[in-house]
Amino acid sequence: MTGPVLEAKGVCKNFGALEVSRNIDFRLAAGERHALIGPNGAGKTTFVNLMTGALTPSRGQVILHGEDITALAQAQRVKRGIVRTFQITALFRGLTVLENLYVAVAERTGAATGLWRPAGYRRDVIDQSLRLLEIFQLQDDAHKPIRELPYGRQRLVEIALALALEPSVLLLDEPAAGVPSAESHIILDVIDGLPADIAVLIIEHDMDVVFRFAERITVLVSGAILVQGSPDEIANNAEVRAVYLGEAAHG
Amino acid sequence: MTVAEAAATALATRHRVRPLEALPWVLAVAAFFALPEYLAVGTQILILVLFALSLDLVLGYAGIVTLGHAAFFGTGAYAVGLLSAHLDWHEPITGLIVAAAAAALVGLVSGWVLLRTHGLTLLMLTMATMTLLHELANEQENLTGGFDGLPVEIDPVLGLLRFSPLTYSGQYLYALGLLFLMFLVVRRVVYSPFGHSLTGIRENILRMHAVGAPVRQRLVTVYTISAAIAGVAGGLFAQVNAYITLDVLSLERAATALIVLILGGHGRLYGAFVGAALYMILEDELAKEFPEFWQFGLGLVLVLIALFAREGLTGLFAQAAERFRKRARS
Amino acid sequence: MESIDIPSIVLGGLAYGMLLFIVSVGLSVTMGLMGFVNLAHGAFAMIGGYVVVTLMGGLGANFFLALLAAFVLVALVSVVFERLLYAPLYRADELSQVLLTIGLVFMMIATVTFFWGTEPKTIRLPSYLAGPMDLGFTSFPAYRIFMIGVGAAMIVALWLGFERTTIGAQIRAAVDNRRMAQSLGINVDRLFTMTFALGSGLAAMGGGLGIEIIGLNPQYALNYLVFFLIVVAVGGLGSIRGTFLAALVIGMFDFAGKRLYPEAGAFFIYAITIAVLLWRPQGLFGRR
Repeated sequence: MTGPVLEAKGVCKNFGALEVSRNIDFRLAAGERHALIGPNGAGKTTFVNLMTGALTPSRGQVILHGEDITALAQAQRVKRGIVRTFQITALFRGLTVLENLYVAVAERTGAATGLWRPAGYRRDVIDQSLRLLEIFQLQDDAHKPIRELPYGRQRLVEIALALALEPSVLLLDEPAAGVPSAESHIILDVIDGLPADIAVLIIEHDMDVVFRFAERITVLVSGAILVQGSPDEIANNAEVRAVYLGEAAHG
Repeated sequence: MTVAEAAATALATRHRVRPLEALPWVLAVAAFFALPEYLAVGTQILILVLFALSLDLVLGYAGIVTLGHAAFFGTGAYAVGLLSAHLDWHEPITGLIVAAAAAALVGLVSGWVLLRTHGLTLLMLTMATMTLLHELANEQENLTGGFDGLPVEIDPVLGLLRFSPLTYSGQYLYALGLLFLMFLVVRRVVYSPFGHSLTGIRENILRMHAVGAPVRQRLVTVYTISAAIAGVAGGLFAQVNAYITLDVLSLERAATALIVLILGGHGRLYGAFVGAALYMILEDELAKEFPEFWQFGLGLVLVLIALFAREGLTGLFAQAAERFRKRARS
Repeated sequence: MESIDIPSIVLGGLAYGMLLFIVSVGLSVTMGLMGFVNLAHGAFAMIGGYVVVTLMGGLGANFFLALLAAFVLVALVSVVFERLLYAPLYRADELSQVLLTIGLVFMMIATVTFFWGTEPKTIRLPSYLAGPMDLGFTSFPAYRIFMIGVGAAMIVALWLGFERTTIGAQIRAAVDNRRMAQSLGINVDRLFTMTFALGSGLAAMGGGLGIEIIGLNPQYALNYLVFFLIVVAVGGLGSIRGTFLAALVIGMFDFAGKRLYPEAGAFFIYAITIAVLLWRPQGLFGRR
């Protein structure tokens, strides 16, 4: 397939008079590594919300695998393969790491609708959860409730939960946000090791990460796309330097 | 065994019956033989356990904070009452089935409509729905007896178990049997993958949407199941007491179930048992003689729980056991 | 059935609505400010009522002085409650807040029952407020006219306080966006304590003012709680305008409903409430 897996066509979002997304045209190809950058308040998280259905666009279309999903609810979009992580960790804090993964895997496999047979009988769901623990090297934390986990490990579970859903499009909202720099390489390694067939859009402030990871970069300013291009093009773009990189240098 | 394997085993065997779980049932049966003069109170305790248990599904597992659960208790009670008073339908088991169905219907419709909201709005809407039913029952005096109440007549259960207003032994056994059946249902639901996903909704509804769960559908489902069980509790209440008044639909009744559940510990299955027994025994001892002190003490306990012991008595017990285990290990 | 007297229904509903407004407005602002579910608000109003009854009955105090005393006393007591009990639970979930405040309601009901008994209390109004008043087109209880006047004066005073003073502006900013207000150097906690005291005091005054209209007994704190909450939820948290409008509409409908269709009781009110909240979960004038 040559067409994009995810496409936004003229997507706009208003809150009253406030325009938070303005006429965004965006394409993400299968297996692409794409970074979304921009100053604080540029509307990056809003864009993720619009793609995943947490928000409905005021105008425009969202297309996934050639299907218009603009009117679909979040859950239905997830079933079609678009999955996100959260900038502010959103986990099941009272449940253990393994139980967290069980929740996600049970949704994907459809086990979660079972009302009568015990959850423990779904050995397949437990085994898949264990495999994810292994990938993220979280085995030793399997039995710990999330709230007792160091923040860096929580960020790993954050991504593991998304991967449990076997997405074809993965939107990572500042995956290393708040993680001490000594530990952030673990998260970056995980991102580097994501299966090649998943299209990944990453929101990130750290330019080293962006340029190491991305094949294409989109710069969002004040809710609109300023420019899109390869890392080289972005790095040499005068406008970007003025608007964004200049700011980042002293921010 | 590695940590991960141990965790997996724990998850795979979590639903297994633990020996301690026999305790409330052993006590309930023992009470039947040992305390024949307390069976009337005992029956009321069993009914309150059932009502609080239904609330636990919604509040303790799915995290829906409601002050309107008496809507379903009252619907069940009036279903049995109306059948008896107007259709000469005195058969108890089918009466309870109708009670469960009626309450489930109210739960399904109101849940479908209300559970798109949350927080304070949901709290208000559950309360308003219950009060709406209360007003409806009050208004339809010809059917419900309004303020004066409605007498309820019941045949012997299965033609065998006769209800006696003097000994209450028939009522007690009937209530105990029903509670056990309903408990088995609740236990299955709680330990199922569906039940597991409810705790996910309770812990983080935002993330539940993001992992693709049809959150509202799940909530409406559990709300309906819970309503049906509350309806059985209400129907049972009507049959056992042979009389109902408007207070089966009151805020006080809803608040009592909430208090009982919180006192015992919510989201723990057995919290309802501990809370209801303690509440009713204390009420029986204190409420008639020292009503103000009873109410003041109840309020004080709620304040203390809110500030210091949100997990309730079973939670405190579990914490103590955990601490003991840790000390034993080290 | 008595003949339908439209003017007296309108005036009666208006008086009742004003009363609902005076009691509920504090609840609306404090809930808007902190998102705190305060089910004890009606109990503060009840305590105010009993203060008025005691001062007037036992000590023969003037009605207005008694109202003022109720305001001050309950405002002070509420500050103690707020600092000691409410403040630790600002960031807790709704359930904790519900439990705490229901517990307080029970404790206050028990206390009131212990000292004053369960029978309803009445007061002796000043003679000029007691009788009917001739309005030309109809004759109407003077007290209800007075109630309308007090309510109108109150909304004007609150409006001016909210719109024209620095503190009012700070409260509005904090209701709008608490974090932003904090980052601008507004001490939201202190602001909340003040607002809480003011709101509880107003409720206490409403409790006293309402004795003649809705009565007073220990069950007041629970029986009218649903009503106060409905006014707040329908009006929209933190909106004085919304609370005022909701109080008037609900007051009118309830009064007229009970007069015209006594057997239907408050059925309409709850039906309307459910409809409004489903249409706008944040209330008529609420945000988000």
